[in-house]
Amino acid sequence: MLTVPVQIQILLAGILFFLGLIGLLVRRNIIFMLMSVEIMFNSAGLVFIIAGSHWMQPDGQVMFIFILTVAAVEVAIGLALILQLYHHFKTLDADAIDKLKDKI
Amino acid sequence: MEILISLIPAIPLLGFLFLSLAGGRVPRKLAGFVGAGTVGISMILTFIVAFVFIGSLHHIKVWNVVLWEWIGAADMHANIAFSLDSLSLIFMFVITFVGFLIHVYSLEFMAKDEGFTRFFAYMNLFVGSMLILVMSDNLLLMYLGWEGVGLCSYLLIGFWYKDPANGRAARKAFIVTRVGDTAMIFGIFILFLNFHTLNTQELMYDASMNWVMGAPIATLTAALLLGGALGKSAQLPLQTWLPDAMAGPSPVSALIHAATMVTAGVYLIARTNVLFMLAPAVRSAVAVIGALTLLLAGFSALTQHDLKRILAYSTISQIGYMFLALGVGAWSAAVFHFMVHAFFKALLFLGAGIIILVLNQEHNIFRMGGLRKKMPAVFITFLAGSASLSALPLVTAGFYSKDQILWYAFSSDYGSVLLWVAGIVGALLTALYSFRMIFITFYGEAKTEPSFKPGKLMLVPVSILAILSVIGGFVELPDSLGNVHLFSDLLSNTLPPVVLANKGIPEYFFQILSAVIVLAGIYLAYIVYLKKPEASESFRKSGLHAFFEEGWGFDALYDTLFVRPVVWLSEIDKKDFTDIFNKGLAGIALLFNTLLVKTQNGKLRWYLMSLAIGITLILTYMLTR
Repeated sequence: MLTVPVQIQILLAGILFFLGLIGLLVRRNIIFMLMSVEIMFNSAGLVFIIAGSHWMQPDGQVMFIFILTVAAVEVAIGLALILQLYHHFKTLDADAIDKLKDKI
Repeated sequence: MEILISLIPAIPLLGFLFLSLAGGRVPRKLAGFVGAGTVGISMILTFIVAFVFIGSLHHIKVWNVVLWEWIGAADMHANIAFSLDSLSLIFMFVITFVGFLIHVYSLEFMAKDEGFTRFFAYMNLFVGSMLILVMSDNLLLMYLGWEGVGLCSYLLIGFWYKDPANGRAARKAFIVTRVGDTAMIFGIFILFLNFHTLNTQELMYDASMNWVMGAPIATLTAALLLGGALGKSAQLPLQTWLPDAMAGPSPVSALIHAATMVTAGVYLIARTNVLFMLAPAVRSAVAVIGALTLLLAGFSALTQHDLKRILAYSTISQIGYMFLALGVGAWSAAVFHFMVHAFFKALLFLGAGIIILVLNQEHNIFRMGGLRKKMPAVFITFLAGSASLSALPLVTAGFYSKDQILWYAFSSDYGSVLLWVAGIVGALLTALYSFRMIFITFYGEAKTEPSFKPGKLMLVPVSILAILSVIGGFVELPDSLGNVHLFSDLLSNTLPPVVLANKGIPEYFFQILSAVIVLAGIYLAYIVYLKKPEASESFRKSGLHAFFEEGWGFDALYDTLFVRPVVWLSEIDKKDFTDIFNKGLAGIALLFNTLLVKTQNGKLRWYLMSLAIGITLILTYMLTR
């Protein structure tokens, strides 16, 4: 069985995480931002899997199941919020939705 | 009997509790019934107690009722305890009887007012406090009542609180009387420090045993108590609050600022007469202050154009007569004038209230006129009150009470010709301003049309008071006319008799003289204000008229002497070091706040970016350390 060194595995997870982060920062559409958050989530889950397989422990997979559940819940709530935002503002542009601020 | 006595002040206080706790939730009928009913019950109880008390007067002169200990600390003991003697009985009679009539009157007077329940709650609290004031057996409980009536006066002057001017008048009354009250509490402190008791009877006995005539401490104490009396009774130099107190509803002016509360000073001096006899200087000061006040207020009353302000100055002037009587040692004459004054001045205020209500809040007498035919019932009662006020000879109660004071002002051992002259000039002024009021308001051409006819609830109390203003004086007739002394005989159980000096001029000479003066005053008023109004025209335009109208400039004087310096000092105080320091702290906090607020701009990606930068910085720091 071909084994990929653990450093490469971690590097993959890191690349995934930064892709997600960059997507989150550069996108203005909220749906894409949510998707970027999902990618970052999954990169974190991937690190758990890598750690689990590296130390031969099942905890990493258990943790990944948890993360999947939380991600599912988060997506459900996030999509519901996005739906409401769209009804209210008729746009999905995150920059246009800036009502939540202090008056100077 | 003890229970009955303690119920007399308790029932109006219960009425107050009920009305204030129930608030606006009770129907008006019930609120009115409770408000007037509690005072009515107190009145009936007072009559019963008075009947039994006078019946058993030959063997017991003072009834003491101790309910419970109020404050007990070291050697200081103050009880909730009442002491009933002839002096307090007369005050109780006036408070409950005149108070009840005024409450009944208010049922109709206040019927359309939105604060109906609140009004009766305050009025009941007032009656309860005033009864505590006159019934208490110690000075501390008396002080409680004293402050209670002051509070009610404040609340009721500012009753129509939506007009800021009424609030100002209320605060002025409260603050000016507070000047006197502070002096009074110091007087009570001195008495307690010397004799270690607060019981009035014991204090008076101890003072007469331990202090010699004219001792400095006695003079100081009497002067401090006098300060309290001057504030409450609106005497010189603390008289400025009473004319402004007319901002309250008319029944309030009648009950508090004419019949009862403002005479609390008279009660205090009569109650502590032993102390004032020990301090001849202060006693003389009382007479001089009374004489000056009655003249000063008389001149001011002559120049007012607001019906209620005329009556207010007249009240100050009449209380001046009472102080004059107290100052010459004619204690019972002062109390007699208090009672008669309560009848006719309450009547005049209630009558004025009807006129003002019927003419849609018209206060200016020069815009009334010709009301004699439009409101005959009000005219007749008002005439009876004015006649009594100006002491119309033989037929009115005011004549017998005022004549007694004038006679004692001259013939008492402490009296003098000057005091008498002040009194007689005051009598001329009284006749002049009373009938000026009558002629301008009720005669001449009508200038404002009455809007409705006053009902029975207002006219019946006024009529009863009118009858009493006329016949109320027959309980005390001078030696030269009938020689009846029911009133002073009753009071002689409590107050010492007046010491007469034989000055060789018989009493009837003074009576005839004062009768002539009063009639001349009325005739003069007839000429100047009805027959030839142009005769008074040049006086009306003069600066002297304006000076009198402004109450001799006392308001302006106090404004420059006290109000402005205090305002000036507080302006300086606003800029001192601690204020700068505290304001600086607040300023720094505000600066940081504005900086932080800028980061809170609602842009989601801005937040994310700062989050990412922050994490990068932290990680960099942690990894490169």
